[in-house]
Amino acid sequence: MTFVDYYKILGIDKSAAPKDIKNAYRKLARKFHPDLNPDNADAKKNFQQINEANEVLSDPEKRKKYDQYGKDWQHAEEFEKQKHYREKSSGSRGAGYSGGTSGGDYSDFFESIFGGGGNRGRQVKYRGEDYNAEIRLELIDAYKTHQQTVSVNDKKIRITIPAGIENGQTIKISGHGSPGINGGPNGDLYITFAIANHSIFKRSGINLYATIELNLYTAVLGGEITINTLDGQVKLKVKPETQNESKVKLKGKGFPVYKHDGQFGDLLVTWSVKVPTNLTDHQKELFIQLSKS
Amino acid sequence: MKTEYLISLDDFCASHNIEVSFIRSLHETGLVDITLIEEVSFLNLEQLQQLEKYIRFYYDLDINLEGIETITHLLFRVNSMQNEIIALRNRLRLYE
Repeated sequence: MTFVDYYKILGIDKSAAPKDIKNAYRKLARKFHPDLNPDNADAKKNFQQINEANEVLSDPEKRKKYDQYGKDWQHAEEFEKQKHYREKSSGSRGAGYSGGTSGGDYSDFFESIFGGGGNRGRQVKYRGEDYNAEIRLELIDAYKTHQQTVSVNDKKIRITIPAGIENGQTIKISGHGSPGINGGPNGDLYITFAIANHSIFKRSGINLYATIELNLYTAVLGGEITINTLDGQVKLKVKPETQNESKVKLKGKGFPVYKHDGQFGDLLVTWSVKVPTNLTDHQKELFIQLSKS
Repeated sequence: MKTEYLISLDDFCASHNIEVSFIRSLHETGLVDITLIEEVSFLNLEQLQQLEKYIRFYYDLDINLEGIETITHLLFRVNSMQNEIIALRNRLRLYE
């Protein structure tokens, strides 16, 4: 635990008047307030620091104690005890500090000097802070609606992940964020999904794309081929004289439409025609005949 | 039929210790919707989260109404751009 220079955090000097402190705090709060910097962990950390600095320096009693003990915070408790003892024995009433219970995030340094959190000004009911979490899914997991248990701050929450969720999409779980302040409602939990790439299927929105190998003979003469889809195997007719890189669309074999049961995108198959290798002399001869015909 | 959840404007202001005139000003700028039922003003619960954000801007950060309006538009644009980045990243994955 290290000494925290609240004056430095607010960018003011030790002789700053209350008005200067308020102005400096407001200026920095506008810059780092979490509402103005969504999903920015650095801004949140900075905001907590300037909040803590303001909490101490805007309160004359706390500021006095901070100025008095400042760098000697480790001995603050001892000094306070001795002071209290002296005041008690002389019959006067001690002006001891009693910490509040707003439950904000304070540094260890703050806690060591001032105990718990202090008064944050207006006693307004605020909803708690929102939490953010990330869940990694395989493409096949995102294909079907399923349930998953997530652990947030040692609490297990069972959530339903709807089929068709997008990579990078965020869903809100109401009331599972941090507890409200002064009796306000709880914050929300925001879960962002990271969906891994699939080795065969590429996804774009509700459509899937796949490149499937086709042997030369089936490409030339046509035929039937069985391919894998996320929905199982499908038999597909191949037209005679199918060209390399030509495409076929399998309607409804793509990805489910998010929150629209029974609706699916398409699967677009690109044929990759493979030329046979290791031909026998006889086969080569046949190709020569073919080329001359 | 969709159920609407409403809270009376007076109750909201009393519990947040703020002036009704502030919410009315937000309403005039189009940032907040107020529903009038039998001459009583109500707020839709869906907009409370956003409204509390405006309250923090105004009372804690000393940002005036014009500032709140500007910030709201800019945050909306940031949000749209972030969504667009996600969509573009997803399209880029097709070529990876």
